Amino acid sequence: MLRSVLSFYRDGFRRMTTGRILWKIILIKLFVIFIVLRIFFFKPVMSGLSPQQKQTRVATAVLSAP
Amino acid sequence: MLLSIDASLIDWSRAQFALTAIYHWLFVPLTLGLGVIIGIMETIYVLKGDEFWRRVVKFWMKLFGINFAIGVATGLILEFEFGTNWSNYSWIVGDIFGAPLAIEGIVAFFMEATFIAIMFFGWEKVSRNFHLASTWLTVIGATISAWWILVANAWMQHPVGMEFNPETVRNEMVSFAAVAFSPTAVVKFFHTVSSGWITGSVFVVGVSCWFLLRRREVKFAKASMAVGTAFGLAACFFVMVSGDSSGINVAKEQPMKLASFEGLYDGSEHAPFTIVGPLKIPNMLTFLATHKHTAFVPGINDLLNGGYKLADGSTALSAEQKMFRGRRAMTSFAAFRQANKQGNMALAAVAEKNLQNDMPYFGYGRIQQRAELVPPVNLVFWSFRVMIGLGMLFVLLFLVLTYLQMKRKLNDYPIILYIGVWCIPLVYICSEAGWICAEVGRQPWAIQDLLPVNAAVSSLQTSSVQLTFFIFLAVFTLLLIAEIRIMCRAIQKGPEMSGETKI
Repeated sequence: MLRSVLSFYRDGFRRMTTGRILWKIILIKLFVIFIVLRIFFFKPVMSGLSPQQKQTRVATAVLSAP
Repeated sequence: MLLSIDASLIDWSRAQFALTAIYHWLFVPLTLGLGVIIGIMETIYVLKGDEFWRRVVKFWMKLFGINFAIGVATGLILEFEFGTNWSNYSWIVGDIFGAPLAIEGIVAFFMEATFIAIMFFGWEKVSRNFHLASTWLTVIGATISAWWILVANAWMQHPVGMEFNPETVRNEMVSFAAVAFSPTAVVKFFHTVSSGWITGSVFVVGVSCWFLLRRREVKFAKASMAVGTAFGLAACFFVMVSGDSSGINVAKEQPMKLASFEGLYDGSEHAPFTIVGPLKIPNMLTFLATHKHTAFVPGINDLLNGGYKLADGSTALSAEQKMFRGRRAMTSFAAFRQANKQGNMALAAVAEKNLQNDMPYFGYGRIQQRAELVPPVNLVFWSFRVMIGLGMLFVLLFLVLTYLQMKRKLNDYPIILYIGVWCIPLVYICSEAGWICAEVGRQPWAIQDLLPVNAAVSSLQTSSVQLTFFIFLAVFTLLLIAEIRIMCRAIQKGPEMSGETKI
């Protein structure tokens, strides 16, 4: 069963034409999103904070004058 | 320590989210609409057993695959932004937002991802019926994805099914059903998905018109156009009905948004619908907003000044009254946190009770001036007209093409075919205009009445948000150019003659 599934996908990918270009674009995009943007630009602001610290941070932001 | 958010950070954060959302929405409607059209065409193929229809399906399926592939991961960037640019918002609504987004990823996306492989790789490997089922299941998966995302968005427009916990500073879900099946979510789903159906129909019709103008693949183009126009007309019906329901919903839950759609500053019991400038339809806005011939529709000034009667018989509060109650809610919230910190449970209980009394106006505590409560009226007003105007154009296009097909006179009116081709970019403008109405119209609220944007945004360096904005603009533009080129090349190549589809 597993072999059939694997050969299904292998044969499908082998027969691709336009799909190869699309996959290259997808992989480039995923690299840009997950490696470049995620690491260098998308730093989750609240990661590393304890739940208590997160609550305090958000409460302060909500209560602060704009 | 007080955190100050400068206005340019808010505007750049909004612009960045808007850019990524607009980009994501370039791909989703075509997936939704073209998917259903492919399902219909493949059903015709399986019922008739005619190899011609198999070729037709395979051509449109190739374009579906191109659009789907380029659209992959465009939604993920939005989810990253929730954590980075809108961290306060994410914390406050995470209990509500997280559930529909998680369900979307686990159920709907995996369903699409599984069956799309059979769609593309399974033509010679599985039975016709199994392949047909896989095609429909891919489309259903995409539509279920849309449901859950729209549930999340609908909750922002009309928050229900939750209670605010001042200890954790989070909204906590108390009724999953209220969130998942709120009237706002239901109308938003039908209106958004059926608008995607129109996008798919216009795309199929437009490409078919292009083939007819070049006198290429005439039989294929006419067959595709027949399906596209019939489905397009049905989609227009659903869009209009759901659009009407949406109007009623917005009038009830977001009256400032409705007033902005119309540029209505002073309300009336016989409010007219403005087409453009002095051109108005008397009483039409009252009817569209309430389904009654006489009913007060508040304008922007009425919503700010209050004093008019609401549907439940109570009197509308003014902006200043709401802001007072909002500040009182903030004071109670701060008092609760202080009492909690000191271990004074009795005082904390009193503060919490006071907070819950003023909770419906909590967000107004962050509003300094009444002018902040008015969204950018010009942008919302004209986006609404672009959406409606182009929508009417598509109805007319489908009707005219249906008539010409019935009379076998398609080739006698090449101007109509040219219009069909040009409707392809116009349908995207229409679709994006709809989202601009919905999202700009709800400003200044991230969550209607509960959390304004100025409290939702993360405290970041404005320069870093500007930098990511321009990086996204460059990356998205390049990817869009790549997609359009690949799509145009596939269209120019036309349907495969041999029956072998490769993607």
